[in-house]
Amino acid sequence: MIAVAAAGLCRRYGRRWALAEVGFEVPEGALVMVTGRNGSGKSTLLRVLATAIRADRGTVRILGHDVHADREAVREKIALLGHRTHLYEPLTALENLAVVARFLSRDPGREALLARLEEVGLADRADDPVQTFSAGMRQRLALARLLQQEAQVVLLDEPYGHLDPPGFLLVDRLLQRLRAQGTTVLMATHLLHRGRALCDRALVLEAGRLAFAGAASEMPEPVGADGAGFAEGA
Amino acid sequence: MRSLLVALRKDLLLQWRSRTQIVAIFAFGAAALLLFSFAIGPDSLALRQHAAGFLWLGLLLASTLSLAESFEREMEEQALEGLLLLPASARALYYGKAIANWAQLALLGAALVPVTVVLYDAGTLRLVSLLGVILLGTAGLSAPGTLYAAMTAQIRGRQTLLPLLLFPLVVPVLLAAVKATSLLILGDPMGQLRPWATLLAAFAVIHWALGGLLFSRVVED
Repeated sequence: MIAVAAAGLCRRYGRRWALAEVGFEVPEGALVMVTGRNGSGKSTLLRVLATAIRADRGTVRILGHDVHADREAVREKIALLGHRTHLYEPLTALENLAVVARFLSRDPGREALLARLEEVGLADRADDPVQTFSAGMRQRLALARLLQQEAQVVLLDEPYGHLDPPGFLLVDRLLQRLRAQGTTVLMATHLLHRGRALCDRALVLEAGRLAFAGAASEMPEPVGADGAGFAEGA
Repeated sequence: MRSLLVALRKDLLLQWRSRTQIVAIFAFGAAALLLFSFAIGPDSLALRQHAAGFLWLGLLLASTLSLAESFEREMEEQALEGLLLLPASARALYYGKAIANWAQLALLGAALVPVTVVLYDAGTLRLVSLLGVILLGTAGLSAPGTLYAAMTAQIRGRQTLLPLLLFPLVVPVLLAAVKATSLLILGDPMGQLRPWATLLAAFAVIHWALGGLLFSRVVED
């Protein structure tokens, strides 16, 4: 079954097209790397798929549901880790997870939430406000928040951002776990070697257009002194 | 209803964590009342006559700080967007926030009453009625105020824009609340309090209903 199907996707900010005629399909359970230069449209693509923003043109279906017509149903199936962490700074790590648990009608008890924090290595900071956390710790907490959703389609925008080497391994383990569970994952990243090793497929965006879609192992190498493009299809 | 209670619990917790800010907003309101009293001068009759107007002006000015602050926390790390994507009902999020804002403004209004009594010699024995007017008036401020605070939270220059949008809309609340409070302080020989209180209630009902309907359009792309 196709988990994500996009066709003719366009989104613009002012006069600049962030996405132009982007179309692709992702089978259920696939792990897909989304890459490209800064400003190539990776985050915009993930935010359109997550229903955080609307496309100006084109269609997207997530597990058969149209993101425009059936927004609520899509939101029940997706989880987004964005550049912003979706956390409340004055609340503690535990309170942030409790808010999400209550909205999702999950167990907001301390033990259950501590177990979640343990997974991301933050159990010892459970009662500290997020505003005292470093950027890497916030990213870990955002990952814990994302895991609470138990979504069928997970969208990760630079999940390795701000993390230390153990944090990198944490994300690697998370991706392997999601793959084992059959979760579909789209991950925007600049870490090409890591992406190639972990992902089945790759999407390469260039100035809002899809420059490559295929097996991650066949993804072209970046070229140019500034890494400004990809060897094929750019 | 369950989502509303979850949202309200979250907003009350956020307010509690930002309580130093609430004290600062109260100090701002009290300072405004003090400055208004200087503008009138030492004439105790004039002070008493204008007390209700200045109480509500102080509360209105302080409310813009309070309402804008309530969305600061939502926008810092796009936490509101995170809740919408869970998905949480936009309507529940609105009513949770609006009720929390109402509670804060009502508390602020009640706290400014003793300041008004001291500065303007404007006491009343009808304290329950005064509390009722404060509750109705702040309900009329918090419903549209929460909606407009959400609207302006993502815009540069929001501190200016929020009062520019909100003040013209809440003129009926200000007018009715000032008249009702004046009647309580200065006496109500003609029994005019009820119509003004009814106007406040009608305004609040309309704007609480409208806010719930419009909030998702304001916060969604």
